[in-house]
Amino acid sequence: MIKRSFFKSRYLPYLLILPQMVVTLTFFYWPAIQGLFQSFLLSDPFGQKSTFVWFYNYKELFTDPLYLKSILTTFAFSLAVAFVSLSMGLFIASMANRALRAKALIRTMLIWPYAVAPAISGILWLFLLHPSYGIVALGIKKWIGVDWNPVLYGSDAMVMIVMASAWKQISYNFVFFMAGMQAIPKSLIEAAAIDGASPFKRFWFISFPLLSPTFFFLTVMNIIYSFFETFGIIHTITQGGPGGSTNILVYKVYQDGFVGLNLGSSAAQSVVLMSLIIVITFLQFRFVEKKVQYGG
Amino acid sequence: MKLTKLFVFLMIIVSLVFPISVFAEPTTINWWHAMRSARGKVVEKMIGDFNASQSEYKVVGTNKGNYDETMNAGVAAFRAKKQPHILQVFEVGTQTMMLSGAIYPVFELMKDAGIDVDWSRYLQAVLSYYMNSDGNLMSMPFNSSTPIMYYNADMLKKAGIAPLSKSDPITWDELGEITKKLVSAGIAPNGMVTAWQSWTQIENYSAIHNIAFASKANGYEGLDTELQINNPQVVKHITRLKSWADDKRFMYGGQKYAGPKAEFMAQNAAFYIDSISGIAKLKKGVKDFKWDAAPLPVEAGTKKLQNSIIGGASLWVLNGHSKKEYKGVAAFLKFLSNNDMQEYWHKETGYFPITIDAYDSLKSKGYYKTDPLQEVGISQLNRAIPTKISRGLRLGYFVQIRNIINEELEQVWNGKKSPQEALDNAAARSNIQLRTFEKTYK
Repeated sequence: MIKRSFFKSRYLPYLLILPQMVVTLTFFYWPAIQGLFQSFLLSDPFGQKSTFVWFYNYKELFTDPLYLKSILTTFAFSLAVAFVSLSMGLFIASMANRALRAKALIRTMLIWPYAVAPAISGILWLFLLHPSYGIVALGIKKWIGVDWNPVLYGSDAMVMIVMASAWKQISYNFVFFMAGMQAIPKSLIEAAAIDGASPFKRFWFISFPLLSPTFFFLTVMNIIYSFFETFGIIHTITQGGPGGSTNILVYKVYQDGFVGLNLGSSAAQSVVLMSLIIVITFLQFRFVEKKVQYGG
Repeated sequence: MKLTKLFVFLMIIVSLVFPISVFAEPTTINWWHAMRSARGKVVEKMIGDFNASQSEYKVVGTNKGNYDETMNAGVAAFRAKKQPHILQVFEVGTQTMMLSGAIYPVFELMKDAGIDVDWSRYLQAVLSYYMNSDGNLMSMPFNSSTPIMYYNADMLKKAGIAPLSKSDPITWDELGEITKKLVSAGIAPNGMVTAWQSWTQIENYSAIHNIAFASKANGYEGLDTELQINNPQVVKHITRLKSWADDKRFMYGGQKYAGPKAEFMAQNAAFYIDSISGIAKLKKGVKDFKWDAAPLPVEAGTKKLQNSIIGGASLWVLNGHSKKEYKGVAAFLKFLSNNDMQEYWHKETGYFPITIDAYDSLKSKGYYKTDPLQEVGISQLNRAIPTKISRGLRLGYFVQIRNIINEELEQVWNGKKSPQEALDNAAARSNIQLRTFEKTYK
């Protein structure tokens, strides 16, 4: 029998959720609706002139081949970041989960990068990999002989921002995977071991399926992270260059709206971005979540 | 009781006889600017001097971050009706400010305040960037710079090349010869590197050779302007740079200045094109080699060389304040352009003095003899009366246009597009931006 509470007053529950509703409405729905409205306008930044132009801003966006390219870039980027950070996080967590003497210390140290702000992470990687003054970049060019130049080549720049973005997120994933693994009953793994399952099989058939809720949650979080929070990294490392090859959607919104003061187009881009995230998250819940096994 | 009444009566008399100024605080003038660290201190000192020079007005300077952030702060404040009196805006925001309906043009402000300014005593190439098509000054120039060419003097010496002239530019062909020599002899790993490629290689290249950057006199004469950078001369210049890139006479160091400057300081490139504000940075940063500066190279056989154009920012006076406050703003702007202030500003920051008088005064004091580097830019800027084409650029969404040019040029450097293709594309994409801008202000 599930416990249920009953309220005597009909109004009390509404009163109790009111603060939450007020916060959500003021800080989420109001700006979102404003953004939606702005996306149908052409207006000057000082707000002296506004013309209602229906879907002009959207039409301009979707007839711009670079905008479509930016959408593809964003997907490629976020898949790469999610893949690298999830697999690395999982790998490190499964290693750290073993009974080591310095387990607590190692775990603590592995969590630290998460505390680094994205912009700082960008700067750190820039100091390592900038072709003119990056220490590692100079080494790559000198010892390995690769013409490493993220200032000139789009693919190099992409590799660099994926590394900088994934690096930070590995720690976050690590914490969740670690917690997930510790929740797996030892007896299951021991039983499999007695039956003669190799460590890889034990991981693949027992730990991994039991980790699937964590995995699902982290996939959603990582994609949202790479869509929005990587802004600081892009801003410090590439500013969307070279040749627009790292210009992900959220950076373009900033460039056009904040720097370029084209409010209509920027608002339309935010609406597109918001819709994309809604669709992705919906698809994930609709199709991927079915395969997730929640413990029970 | 009687005494109190007498006292109140006396007070009323006093305040009637002496205007409020005796009791009132000085009128506050707010100035939002984008000058930080060393430059911020120079600005504070100038404000302090003005406040000490009189008691009627008090200027309060506030740094609002970098150029983008300062402009956004101004926009947001204006919408909330809390705007400052003076807002510093970078040169690419000029068109947006001019059409904003939020400004009090400087020439009107000065006229209304009864301050007589002889605009002909200002550097014309600086003023012309901020004038409307009738030749009236819309905003007060503040920090202005122009690009020049720095070079590694040790490398040239090693190759047996005489130091370059500080007043007469070399030609691009000569630069090609010199860099070829340096690179093939193994003296320099790369020939030249450039900062701010759109500003130095297209905007300034066009102005110096009097080539239109955009139609309608570079946008001064109408919003229906179109970019014309895909003209044969500019295409030829970019093609040359691309061929130099292939044999290491040119290297791409990034869109802004940090990468290119690092290449020059690490002696990876013998020549480095950047704003005159690079002088201070190189003085501070270069320790292990001798360097010098020369005017930007030009095309051989150019009949008349034009002025280069400026970058930097100007001061816009915003609407919505009282007459008295505007009198103070006018007095302050006038104060900023006096000789002492301009000389101090030029010496401390390397930005141009905006008046000819300040320039002459520095000259007579022998400043340019002791610091000849500072004169390279100013003489390049002053070498001709600006034409309708070399006076500046007046484009909407100029930030986006520069981004587009950067993107397209990068695709030339990494071999994805031919120069003609890239510049055609840059013009076409920029024109879409210009049309949206036109539609917004119609």
